[in-house]
Amino acid sequence: MFENMTHLALQQYWFVIVSLLGAFLVSLLFVQGGQSLIFRIGKSEKERNILIDSLTNKWELTFTTLVTFGGAFFASFPLFYATSFGGAYWVWILILFCFIIQPIGYKFRSKANNLLGAKTYEGFLFANGLLATILLGTAVATFFTGSQFEIVTNQAGTISSVWRGAARGLELAFDFTRYATFINLSLGLAVFCLARILGALYFINNVADKGIVKKAAQSVKVMTIPFLVFFLFFLVNILLKDGFAYDASGKVFMAPYKYLHNLIEMPIVAVIMLVGVVLVLTGIFFGAFKQSSKGIWFGGIGTIATVFALFLVSGLNNTSFYPAYGNYLQSSLTIENSSSSHYTLTVMSYVSLLAPFVIAYIWYAWKQMNRKKIDEVEDSGY
Amino acid sequence: MEQFDFSLVDWSRLQFAMTAMYHWIFVSLTIGLALIVAIMETVYVRTGNEEWKRLTKFWMIIFGVNFALGVATGIILEFQFGTNWSNYSWFVGDVFGAPLAIEGFMAFFLEATFIAVMFFGWNRVSKGFHLLSTWLVAGSVCLSALWILIANAWMQYPVGMQFNPDMARMEMINFWEVIFSPVAISKFFHSVASCWITGGVVVVGISSWFLLKKRHIEQARRSILVGAAVGLLGSALVMITGDTSARVVAQTQPMKLAVMEGLYEGTEGAPFSIVAFFNSTNNPERPYEHEQMALEIPKLLSLMSTHDFNAFVPGIVDLIEGNEAHGIMSAYERARRGQVAQNTLREMKDARDVNPAEYARLRALFNDDKWLNEYMIHFGYGYFYDEDINVFRQNVARLMPNVPLNYWSFRIMVGLGFLFIVVLAVLGWWAYKDRLEGKGRTCFYRLAIVSIPLVYICTWAGWIVAEVGRQPWAIQDWLPTFAATTSGMDTGSVKTTFFLFVVTFTVFLIAALKIIITQIKKGPKEG
Repeated sequence: MFENMTHLALQQYWFVIVSLLGAFLVSLLFVQGGQSLIFRIGKSEKERNILIDSLTNKWELTFTTLVTFGGAFFASFPLFYATSFGGAYWVWILILFCFIIQPIGYKFRSKANNLLGAKTYEGFLFANGLLATILLGTAVATFFTGSQFEIVTNQAGTISSVWRGAARGLELAFDFTRYATFINLSLGLAVFCLARILGALYFINNVADKGIVKKAAQSVKVMTIPFLVFFLFFLVNILLKDGFAYDASGKVFMAPYKYLHNLIEMPIVAVIMLVGVVLVLTGIFFGAFKQSSKGIWFGGIGTIATVFALFLVSGLNNTSFYPAYGNYLQSSLTIENSSSSHYTLTVMSYVSLLAPFVIAYIWYAWKQMNRKKIDEVEDSGY
Repeated sequence: MEQFDFSLVDWSRLQFAMTAMYHWIFVSLTIGLALIVAIMETVYVRTGNEEWKRLTKFWMIIFGVNFALGVATGIILEFQFGTNWSNYSWFVGDVFGAPLAIEGFMAFFLEATFIAVMFFGWNRVSKGFHLLSTWLVAGSVCLSALWILIANAWMQYPVGMQFNPDMARMEMINFWEVIFSPVAISKFFHSVASCWITGGVVVVGISSWFLLKKRHIEQARRSILVGAAVGLLGSALVMITGDTSARVVAQTQPMKLAVMEGLYEGTEGAPFSIVAFFNSTNNPERPYEHEQMALEIPKLLSLMSTHDFNAFVPGIVDLIEGNEAHGIMSAYERARRGQVAQNTLREMKDARDVNPAEYARLRALFNDDKWLNEYMIHFGYGYFYDEDINVFRQNVARLMPNVPLNYWSFRIMVGLGFLFIVVLAVLGWWAYKDRLEGKGRTCFYRLAIVSIPLVYICTWAGWIVAEVGRQPWAIQDWLPTFAATTSGMDTGSVKTTFFLFVVTFTVFLIAALKIIITQIKKGPKEG
């Protein structure tokens, strides 16, 4: 069935899949958000134990989604993988570093004789929660604001992408002479605030301790205003700015209000985004004011929908999803010039049919596991 | 070759080697222990004997600490293909990305989901569902090894693909050829079976320590029983697949075989050398010139590599200087032809917008089987070419991997492999006969304990043969390692991240060892 689809249709299909994975990833960053709250909500050792215990069997899901997101991007748009990871080197290395210390934090923290002490491992979890969210958000914002890289032909006739940014990706977060840096950072901070909100909503759902639930609800309230400020700043800016469009010949050009037009020309995406935002706000309301365990479901699903729509806006409808700005505009990556071959996308499309099966067994396993709430630290096989 | 920054290449390689070797410490034990733990839990569920449950839980602690480090080091490896080997990802991402993505889809989610049940589900799910989860974890770690080893095998023996001149990259044309390549199959079974040996040796070694201290005697006996069985099963499989590997390598990577055997001049009825000492004459233009002292078994190498006592096995000299009698082209001729292919590709691109007729002519060559077989299959050698053969000669040493390193790694791997068979068989037999506490046993306990570090040296040695032995190629005959790095990357960044990772991993390894040793001293809970 996939082999009969056009190359473009497969490219679109895979951009949708990668976008979905990215959306799930951001939603699952509730683990990171929760980690960033362990010192704020968990004032005593016992409270921190409960919070970390509640996250400790979920972090692997987020981690795996990140790895699969990377793998799927590699398989479907390898030229993006080569360009972004090799180019924005330091941004990705920092993100990866956050994810090196995370598993160690969870597994070593409560063990006897663990060399660095429980506080250090809690610090790892906090650092992962703080930095990974901000950096991932900032990196995704460059899908709209662009980077500096150039596609060159080598002496051997092969192709390389060469990063032309000043600081191997760090310039995207720290070059304050460029207005786009503020847009990048605003998404980073919005993702951080959202992850914290989701983390708190998750605690409300998963933890039985009344004191913790109350403090978590308070955290939802506190984070809502900065989240809305940063998110709206980002959203308004990208909807009003020129976007990276390309024509039938593949030539890239700056189109006014490109992302706004994408929403109008793909109304279904606009609806998904709108529904997503409403769901997130509903989740916040349930959590902050009702201390209801439903909050995380609304918030989580809303996040998936919103982020999904944002990704789609960045790369569908003749838009370059990984643009190179300025002099390097023609090096911009689109789903058409950076994808795998028709054959490989076909193979991978069949593999993608496994997804419902994967979701089903995750669902089933957790249904089995979640028959009781976490109220105290349990025996986890020592 | 002057356009390549070899300090960047060396640091990138060092970083990859370091992360891979760290990763492998944890992966090999994870795969081995997963199976051992699953067997122990099965016995518990079938017999209802709580002793086996305590034992399962004890080995699970070590499994868990180890698993966390495997995950932490593994994420760097996956993304390193992009960060440090961007040209590689660009050139072969169409083929190489697929197994990596499938590994995520198929194996990692399975692992992540059921490992949570395995660790936190004891009191939450039914006995049967818990056991199923443990087996799913044991299976999923093999599944993840399968996909990454398929990817690795493809680098060693690129099949199921063709070069697309328009994209200037390799593209997959047959998925089944990629996953069922003979290299992939022997590599998968060889590697996974070696992990079972690792698991077996570690379990038997730690149990021997209990015996030496006269603690947890019965639990040690049971552990040795399971550990030795898994380890011996692994050993048998490793020997069978090792034999297959030798023949596959002889066919697909003759230089690797020549280097790991220290075979300089090819010959019919080639001998297998047991020990040899090489003395290079330090002639950069004839890097294979040497003096050698060796103890050899006649004709054995020919037998191993072809199952024929009298077959010709090419040596390093044949592969570089060529050997007309056996139809081996010289490296210089291959480089010249590779250069023709590279020039054609570049001229085709240059002509695309300005000279449609010339473009069409050059483009057609890439569909011409005769031209492809004459020139294109030597594409990677083109990177080594220089019009002046003397300049080419100065770089010729880059075409052959380090001989002593590969030669000795191979012998260390095989020698230690046999030592483990002895240790596992003897202790396993005593455990089976319940005679672990007899006289003269302590030296075997000690040998088993010493085998724990040795088993890591053994598997590392295996990977050195596999990976250093295939140099200079990232993709055999297509892409040299030095052309695979990230263009324009500064060596300083790679150096910095190298030290960042090496310090981090080392600190974590020390912490893990402290935790594991503390747990071992505590031992399994007694009933």
